[in-house]
Amino acid sequence: MGSILEIRDLRVAYRSRNGDLSRALDGVSFFLGPGEVLGVLGESGSGKSTLALSLLGLLPRDSVVASGAVLFQGRDLLKAEPRELQAIRGKNISLIFQEPSVALHPTMRVGRQVRQILDAHGMGDRDELVRRTREVFETLFAGEAERIARSYPHQLSGGQRQRVLIAQAIACRPSVVIADEPTASLDPTTQKEILDVFRGLRKNLGLTMIFITHNPALLSGFADRVLVFYAGRVAELGPAKRVLTSPKHPYTQALFRSIPPLDEPHDAGERSLPTIPPDPNRSFPPRSGCPFEPRCPERMEICKSRDPGFVSLSESHMVSCFRYENQ
Amino acid sequence: MNTAGRDKGMQPLLEVGNLVKTYSRRRLAGSGEGVRALDGVSFSIFRGTTLAIVGESGSGKSTLASCLACLEKPTSGAIRFEDKDIVTLSEEDLRAIRRQMQLIFQDPASSFNPRWGVGEILIEPLALQGNLGRDEMRTRAHALLEQVGLSSSMEAKLASELSGGQRQRLAIARALMLEPKVLILDEALSALDCSVQAQIANLLVDLQSSCGMTYLFITHDLAMAAHLADEIAVMSKGRIVEHGAPNKILNQPQSVITRELLAAVPRLGFAGTRVAES
Repeated sequence: MGSILEIRDLRVAYRSRNGDLSRALDGVSFFLGPGEVLGVLGESGSGKSTLALSLLGLLPRDSVVASGAVLFQGRDLLKAEPRELQAIRGKNISLIFQEPSVALHPTMRVGRQVRQILDAHGMGDRDELVRRTREVFETLFAGEAERIARSYPHQLSGGQRQRVLIAQAIACRPSVVIADEPTASLDPTTQKEILDVFRGLRKNLGLTMIFITHNPALLSGFADRVLVFYAGRVAELGPAKRVLTSPKHPYTQALFRSIPPLDEPHDAGERSLPTIPPDPNRSFPPRSGCPFEPRCPERMEICKSRDPGFVSLSESHMVSCFRYENQ
Repeated sequence: MNTAGRDKGMQPLLEVGNLVKTYSRRRLAGSGEGVRALDGVSFSIFRGTTLAIVGESGSGKSTLASCLACLEKPTSGAIRFEDKDIVTLSEEDLRAIRRQMQLIFQDPASSFNPRWGVGEILIEPLALQGNLGRDEMRTRAHALLEQVGLSSSMEAKLASELSGGQRQRLAIARALMLEPKVLILDEALSALDCSVQAQIANLLVDLQSSCGMTYLFITHDLAMAAHLADEIAVMSKGRIVEHGAPNKILNQPQSVITRELLAAVPRLGFAGTRVAES
């Protein structure tokens, strides 16, 4: 399988005001195959949003790319000129943010806001722009495309606004869509509505996407593969079903245990959820060894001093943990 | 726990009767019809228990929270808190009630002054009340920092230097400074990471068993509601459509709304989210 996007040993840091560097991505490598949905799971500060921004050349000025490559159609996006990136963003790789009420212009009809994107990428003359805008609205709002396109953002519900953002993201038929917590601000019913939209797009348009979230349950039945981030590193990467139902990395296991189960409410006595103990030193200054070691319930002596690297559990399932080394 | 209180014929700590809140639509085009954000809501909470309110956005959950915290006056209905109907109280009497029912929001960052230190943030509500000396207030601030799992050495830090979980702990500590009887938690865990949610949930449980705290837990996370609450009330369009023990709500939902909410909850693809030891 060829890859659409390939990330090689990406290292990104942020420079604080006093000049210190803090690592956000620490040697991240993976690829994205055509038509694939890759779920990226991680907590705040794990580097998942930095990943999204670096794939689009949108990293803020205080960031430093120490090494690595982001290869898209054979080109390294990290070395691309700003103009080149501008042509790629939105057209070939697009991004959906989490807060639809902030991302839309409040006094412009949403139809025009989608058409502008097509226009910016020179997708045809006026008639063609109108036609393509109508087409994308029909994909997302079957039966009410006209009415929605003529509405202003405040006239729409949270779910509808999020669908407008998706319309913007897919209008140019990009090769890759990156969604950064696209359902975080929505209630469960609307969340399901949006996930169903993504499922439909994937089925009908063969959408290739990176779906970033902190909620593992959202990836179930949707993502093909899941990548688990911890402290700017890939802790585990494997087929979604495997990672979600029998995770191998102690961090992934602890993370899933901390979520209260819906199907088996607690016994009267058992009201404490298993948590991951905090890192006493907050991993600072940067230390050698496994980044999860200070919090790991299964740490061994070797984890303190040596970097675990990757252990392949199968052709497609890798985990960064010494416990699996001799299996 | 809640039912135990009921069996003994205890008085509920908080009793809400037929609460209605209408927002006038005057300033929007045309019709003089108001929006009924709360349309006859009734429930009671016993001391030391947790009632969870779940429902979609726009179902009236947050309006309910504002009315209970005396931030908004309901259009009609009664809110009885320890035998006082707080709807009819004067502004002066309300001030005393407000400190007993503290509200905690989704994102505490926006409710802290970013240039203030943790110590100042904690002391402010007490200083406004003006009953205690500086030293007493600091002693209490230190004790509460430890109680919510922060260290008293954090006193000098700025709120903006704290992580999301630490900020939510600070918000809880600040609310506790006034020794409230009820904490109203309006989506207080929603913005946090799963593992941090678990930590804060455990903190809430600990505070309940050590100080008998009473919670109104407003959320759209049904699993967390079931985990924390003694009873769950499901809201839709300003009304409570179903109210009962978590077990019943999850396993034998009666109302269509509840069933829809349950069906919408994303789940990992196997029974429960507990991870089997491998």
